[in-house]
Amino acid sequence: MSKKVAFLQGNEAAAQGALYAGCNFFGGYPITPSTEVAEVMSIELPKVGGKFIQMEDEIGAMAAILGASLAGSKVLTSTSGPGLSLKQELIGYGCIAEIPCVIYNVMRGGPSTGMPTGPSQSDVMCAKWGTHGDHPAICLTPASVQETYEEVIRAFNLSEKYRTPVMVMPDEIIAHMRERIVFPEPGEIEVVPRKAPTVPPEQYKPYDTSFGDVPPLASFGSGYKFHVTGLNKMQDGFPTTKAEVVQAEEERQVRKVDANVDDIVQFEEYELADAEVVVVAYGSTSRSARYAVNVAREQGIKAGMFRIKTFWPFPDKQIKALAAKVKGFVVPEMNLGMCALEIERNAQGKAPILGIFRVDGEPINPDQILEKIKEVK
Amino acid sequence: MAFDYEKWLRPNKLPHIWCPGCGHGIVMKGLIRAMETLKLEKENTTIVSGIGCASRLPGYIDCCTLHTAHGRAAAFATGVKMAKPEMNVILVGGDGDGTAIGGNHFIHACRRNIDMTYIIMNNYIYGMTGGQFSPCTPTGHKASTTPYGNPDPGFDIAKLAIGAGATFVARGTAFHANQIDKLITEAIQHKGFSVVEILDDCPTTYGRRNKFKSVIEMMNRLKEVAVPVKAAEKMTAEQLQGKVLTGVLYKEEKAHYTDEYAKVIERAKAAK
Repeated sequence: MSKKVAFLQGNEAAAQGALYAGCNFFGGYPITPSTEVAEVMSIELPKVGGKFIQMEDEIGAMAAILGASLAGSKVLTSTSGPGLSLKQELIGYGCIAEIPCVIYNVMRGGPSTGMPTGPSQSDVMCAKWGTHGDHPAICLTPASVQETYEEVIRAFNLSEKYRTPVMVMPDEIIAHMRERIVFPEPGEIEVVPRKAPTVPPEQYKPYDTSFGDVPPLASFGSGYKFHVTGLNKMQDGFPTTKAEVVQAEEERQVRKVDANVDDIVQFEEYELADAEVVVVAYGSTSRSARYAVNVAREQGIKAGMFRIKTFWPFPDKQIKALAAKVKGFVVPEMNLGMCALEIERNAQGKAPILGIFRVDGEPINPDQILEKIKEVK
Repeated sequence: MAFDYEKWLRPNKLPHIWCPGCGHGIVMKGLIRAMETLKLEKENTTIVSGIGCASRLPGYIDCCTLHTAHGRAAAFATGVKMAKPEMNVILVGGDGDGTAIGGNHFIHACRRNIDMTYIIMNNYIYGMTGGQFSPCTPTGHKASTTPYGNPDPGFDIAKLAIGAGATFVARGTAFHANQIDKLITEAIQHKGFSVVEILDDCPTTYGRRNKFKSVIEMMNRLKEVAVPVKAAEKMTAEQLQGKVLTGVLYKEEKAHYTDEYAKVIERAKAAK
C-alpha cells in the first residue's frame, strides 16, 4: 500500500505530527509566524474529541497546557520569540513541577517585536537559558517539513519519557516553506506513553525517586490526589527549604537530561569521514550548508557538515571529537554567533571557528558558506 | 457533634503559615463546610491557587491541589477544566494575585463563563511580601510602598467580575463566618464562572500601618461596613455611604464554556 503524501508547510506538518503523537490539548495565542499551528489544531482537535483553546495571552496559553497536562492530556502550544519570552515564566514551572509539554517556537527576528516575518535562529539560547534557575533543557531544530513532523513526535516522546517541557524550534523558513511530506502509518513511529503510577493512590508520591530519576506522573481526576507546586518540593510534592532535599531534587531534574544525552541527542553527519573543514549548521541554514559542501567537494575541498538536530542538550561529545581532527569549523547561523560559542566551548582552541552571522532577515546562501570554507587553512 | 474538618485536611501539613488574626483560616473552614455540604469527591476536585498567603490554602486540603505561579491560577485552572470538564475546579487566592498580576486571566475566565469557582480573599494588601499596596488598597491608606498614603484608586472586585461576564458574583466577609460556606456552596452549584469575594483582614501588614489597634477592631470594621443586599434595598444613598454590599450580588443562567466546547466537538465531528 502506498503511503499518504501531501504538500505541506512546516507549521502544518508540526500540527499533523502532534496529532500523530496523540496530542489532545492545544493552548495558544496568535503570533506570527507560528499561527498556522493553532489554526490547524483548532480544526483537527475537536474532530477527535480533543480540546483547543485560544487563551488571553501567551502566559495563559502556557498555563493552560500545564494544567491540562496535569489532568492527563498530551499538550502543545505554539509561539514565536516575543511569546517565548513571555512563556519562560511557566516553562520554568513545567521544569520544576516536571510536567510534560511541547512548546513549538518558530524563530523570527528579535529582540522584542524584531522582524515578525523574517527568519532567524536567535532563540536557541533562550531555549536553554530563558527561564531562571537551573533546569533541564531539550530543544530540537528541524531542517525540513518532513523532519518537523517527525521531530514534533519525538518532542512529545521525550517530554513524556523525561517528564519535562521540550521545545521544537524551526526557523521561519522551515516553518513556512512547503515540501512534500510522506506520512507514516499509525504505529510506524513509536509513540511513548506517560509512565503511569503502579502504586495505589494512598501510597502515591508525584516525585517518588524509588522509581528512578523520572517518577511516574498520575493525573488529576484519575483517583490520585496529590499536590503540585512551583516551589522547591519534596518527593510528596509539598514545598521544602531543606537544603539537602532541594539540592538533590534540583540535581535530579537536570540529571534526567544530562544522564541521557545519548538517548536525546540526534545529528546528521554529512561527508564527514575524511572532512577537513566541517560546517556545523542547523535548521534552514543546513540546507545552504549542504549545497556548499557539495560544491566544495566538486572543487576538491574535503568539506563536510555536522548537522545539529538536537540543539539542547548540545552535541558536546561529537563536537569535541571533531575539533581534535579537523582544520576548522564554519558556523553559519541567523544570529550573531550563538551556536558558534557552544562550538568554541567544545573545541577548546583545538580548531578555529569561522562564523557567518546574519541577522538581517535574509537566509544565508551557499556562496557565503563556500567562501568561508575556502578560508579555512 | 462537632464538624469534622480534619477529614478534608492534610493534618501532617499543618499548622498553616497564616498569622494570628488572619482571616484566611476562616475562609478555608467555610470552603470545607461547603465541600462537605455538596459531598464533593476529593479525587474529582481540584483546588488551584497562585502565589501569596491565601494561595497556600490548597496545600492544606486533601484534594487534587495545584499551587501555580503568581497570578496564573485562573489560566492553569482553565486547562484543567477544559481537559476534564467533569472535575470540580475551585480557585483560591488573594487580591493582588488575582486582580493585579492575574487580572487578565481573571477577566477572561469571567468572560468565558467557564464553570469554576474563584474565592478571592481580599485583605487589601500584598501580605506575603510584607505589605505593599495592592489594586484593592483603599486610596489614602498606607502600605510599605505607599508611605505617604496610597494615590491609587482601588478595584471593586465584584463589579469587575460582573462587568467581565462572571455569571455568579457574591461577597462576604471574614467576620460573617457562617455566611461564607453558604455563598461558596451556591457558587459551586452555579453552572458558569462564579466569584466569591471575601473581605478579609491582614493585621500584620495592613492593620498595623493603618491604625487598627487590634484584630478585633479590624473584624468590627468588617461587621460595620457590611450591608446585606436585601437590607440595602431599603436604605438611602446617604445611609449606604462607605458601606459594602454582601450576599449574592449577581446571578445569571447562561451557556458555560465547557458545554459550549462540547458543542464545538459535535459540530466538528459532524463536519468530518
